[in-house]
Amino acid sequence: MDKTLPSLAEAVAGIEDGATVMIGGFGGSGAPIELIHALIDRYLATGHPKGLTIVNNNAGNGHVGIAAMIEQGMVAKMICSFPRSADPRVFTELYLSGKIELELVPQGTLAERIRAGGAGIPAFYTPTGYGTELANGKPVEEFDGKHYIRERWLKADVALIKAEIGDTMGNLTYRMAARNFAPLMATAAERTIVQVTKLVAPGGIDPEAVITPGLFVDGLVEVATPAQEEALNRAEAHHP
Amino acid sequence: MTDQIEKLTNAQIAWRAAQDIADGAYVNLGIGFPEMVAKFQPEGREAVFHTENGVLGFGPAPAPGEEDWDLINAGKKAITLKPGAAFFHHADSFAMVRGGHLDVAILGAYEVAQTGDLANWSTGPKGVPAVGGAMDLVHGAKRVAVITEHVTKKGQPKLVERCSLPLTGVGCVTRVYTSLAVVDIEDGRFVLREKLAGLSFDDLQAQTGAELHRPGPVADLIVPEL
Repeated sequence: MDKTLPSLAEAVAGIEDGATVMIGGFGGSGAPIELIHALIDRYLATGHPKGLTIVNNNAGNGHVGIAAMIEQGMVAKMICSFPRSADPRVFTELYLSGKIELELVPQGTLAERIRAGGAGIPAFYTPTGYGTELANGKPVEEFDGKHYIRERWLKADVALIKAEIGDTMGNLTYRMAARNFAPLMATAAERTIVQVTKLVAPGGIDPEAVITPGLFVDGLVEVATPAQEEALNRAEAHHP
Repeated sequence: MTDQIEKLTNAQIAWRAAQDIADGAYVNLGIGFPEMVAKFQPEGREAVFHTENGVLGFGPAPAPGEEDWDLINAGKKAITLKPGAAFFHHADSFAMVRGGHLDVAILGAYEVAQTGDLANWSTGPKGVPAVGGAMDLVHGAKRVAVITEHVTKKGQPKLVERCSLPLTGVGCVTRVYTSLAVVDIEDGRFVLREKLAGLSFDDLQAQTGAELHRPGPVADLIVPEL
């Protein structure tokens, strides 16, 4: 079994118009910049994929990564908890002019919806948001004297994530706080594509250290020296 | 009137809140002003700090130039690790939060109601709404405390009967540390525990948007120069 893909272009080739795409990362940590930029390059060359729904904690920063996807016009909707950043202008302008949709989800609820999607749990109850405007229209139930609201699972057509070490069977480890949403997203997408900083043969990762078992991974591509979104933004980088 | 009273600085409010954190407590500090609480842990006590993006046991910011952008806090600022630190994914992180596994969460506030309702995420329908982990954190800890100025910049009370701004959570706050007082929330009312020595009860009540109760003794709120 070998799940490695020959190139970044090949890794993002199958993503279709209108797809829901989960993208790992919390701010810049864990953002799979090279996969995102490969997807933008494909869009600029072919006009596809467009009309995407993107699931991420944020809505981009500066003019790289998710912000660049939004800036190029590929994104119809963001599902996120915190669409603000050091430089959120790209999202803010489109949102305020009604050109991009926003589904605002509390951060822990976003994580749990993705977890539920990956675990085959269609809905769950959470205290988060009860009594607030983000609970509007959601069923409320009382358990042991406390109120909870019902939230639905969240699934995607594709997940694009970044991992530290991957073996060719798709087993993954992560690097520090870059782990964030990636192990959840890997479970909740029809197809999970990973950029790994180091690709190794099966056996190259101690099974005790595996965070995402390879079963959840469909394709890997090695990017040996990945860009950090924070560093790109400090250098005022743009993509393209 | 309080014009003559020296109200507490943000650092002093944070210092006071830090005195109530036990050795070994697991603590989440909200982004911004609450982060300051970490600096004022009493000698001999060490709390373990949680950041909702997936780290337990982090320490202060690294020296400029030493940042590793895979190692950040919920405010997306670079942090360092203490011995015994741990990483985990977001579902585990918010299990720690919602599951009641944290001992204390300390948050900022626009308004706190006498019922424990908190408004701290939105000032209304203008602009881009952003909630982050605020609504999760208010259901997180065994103790949810707020640190805040007692009144707004315009002099309006921040401790109120009912919040007028969009709620973050209902009945969640248990203690408020302000620039003038320490107030507990018990059975749907504000219970005054400490106030600045030079401030009369009536003056404090005049700056509070709901009734302050005094079922027990009220201590002087004493903090060091910082």
